[in-house]
Amino acid sequence: MEKLIEEFSIGLFFWQTIIFVILIFLLKKFAWSPILKAVNDREQGIKDALDSAEAAKKEMQSLQADNEKIMKEARAERDSLLKEARDLKNSMISQAKDEAKSEAQKIIESANEAILNEKNAAVSDIKKQVASLSIEIAEKLLKEKLSDDNKQMKIVEDLIKDVKLK
Amino acid sequence: MSLARKFILILFFFSASAQAISADIIQEDKGDIKSEIKSYIKHHLKDAHSFYLTSLTNDETGKKTYIEIPLPVILYDNGLKFFTSSEFKHGKEVVVSNETYYRMNYDNNKIYKTDKEGKFNFSESGKILNEKPLDFSITKNIATIILVSILMFFLFTSLAKSYKSNNGISKGIGRFFEPIIIYIRDDIAIPNIGVKNYKNYMSFLLTVFFFVWFLNMLGLTPLGVNVTGNIAVTFSLALLTFLITNLTANKNYWGHIFWMPGVPVLIKIVLAPIEFLGVFIKPFSLLIRLYANIQAGHIVLYSLIGLMFIFKNWIGSSLSFFLAFFIAIIEVLVALLQAYIFTMLSALYFGFAVEDHSESH
Repeated sequence: MEKLIEEFSIGLFFWQTIIFVILIFLLKKFAWSPILKAVNDREQGIKDALDSAEAAKKEMQSLQADNEKIMKEARAERDSLLKEARDLKNSMISQAKDEAKSEAQKIIESANEAILNEKNAAVSDIKKQVASLSIEIAEKLLKEKLSDDNKQMKIVEDLIKDVKLK
Repeated sequence: MSLARKFILILFFFSASAQAISADIIQEDKGDIKSEIKSYIKHHLKDAHSFYLTSLTNDETGKKTYIEIPLPVILYDNGLKFFTSSEFKHGKEVVVSNETYYRMNYDNNKIYKTDKEGKFNFSESGKILNEKPLDFSITKNIATIILVSILMFFLFTSLAKSYKSNNGISKGIGRFFEPIIIYIRDDIAIPNIGVKNYKNYMSFLLTVFFFVWFLNMLGLTPLGVNVTGNIAVTFSLALLTFLITNLTANKNYWGHIFWMPGVPVLIKIVLAPIEFLGVFIKPFSLLIRLYANIQAGHIVLYSLIGLMFIFKNWIGSSLSFFLAFFIAIIEVLVALLQAYIFTMLSALYFGFAVEDHSESH
């Protein structure tokens, strides 16, 4: 320790302190402040750039999501439209079928009715003809066989009975 | 103008202003090689009044030719007195100014006042009792400090300027130091001092780191300077840390020293003197650590180099060469490490001084 104190040079201490303090202030003004400022600015710039890149990426992602959403919606709409059209088609067809069926039914019914009417008319016509035939027969019988009235009448009745409507 | 060219210019200026390299021829007693190496190491570790480069010994006459750059000697003794160191002829001659005689003692490189014959009066323990004038000479260490300061100034101003000229990106030789500056900011200053206050201390931390590092590295060059292994230099650096710590300290810092919060009163009373002593011990440890590490490194390195000349055989000399080489590489690491430790601990002490109570405990 004593040796250290003896070695201690006041001149060296004096110059070292003065030079070092001056060096600190000179470097602070001309080196450290501008260097640290430049480094800070650059780091801030990089940070900003990264942030904005991140933001752009996010925006891109949201845009993509939007696009997808719109596509999905469009697809769904198309599907629903198609479905509607299909339904409409089906309903139209079935309706047409129904109508046709009922129309056919009507036609058949009216045909049946006409047939029935025709039949009835024919039957009554036949009846009239049968009646007139009978009368003719009766006349003939009367003309030919006036002797046996009762027998003739019986024959007439049997004849009439045989004539049956079908 | 490029930095390298500037640096060469400075070197030229330095040697030219020293009126070329002087070559003193001095008759010296030749001792045995061990004591010669010992005195050489002892002499190297100390500051000197001239920038010693090399010496040549004439084997026939035993005369030693010193090749060195003389430096100015400035004494304060009833007014400033100027000499050049070559006038002292390595302590062989007495220099006179205003009828006062001065003589340099080449063993410890100090200048004493003597009588006309230049007689030293020794005490019983071998100390020189002559009066010493206040010595403000530009010694070898101070010349090195000035050189390193100029180098640092040009190096870092060129780095600062390169940002402007190159669109915010550093360019040139200073670019190598930019990551180190950022490291000091991000891994030394901010974690220890805190984001709020670190900016005030950056200039000191950066300057002290590069200053110590460059001087440590320069000490490993064949220039043979030993600046950071000098107690006056480390004392000055530690004193600045001490002053900055205590002048910028907040209430909380002093509170922790004199009236430690959160402990019983009795312990508070016991802790106060210990903590107060700590205020001085902390920077003191800084100055001793740097001084001792660099000093010890130089002694070991020089001794191992000296061993080569003692052994004077193939095995011993080559072994000590490899040892010296190994130690030299370790010393390069130590040079950086000591600069880092000094900066780190300074930042730590500044951190204690401005610690905010609310954000710590």
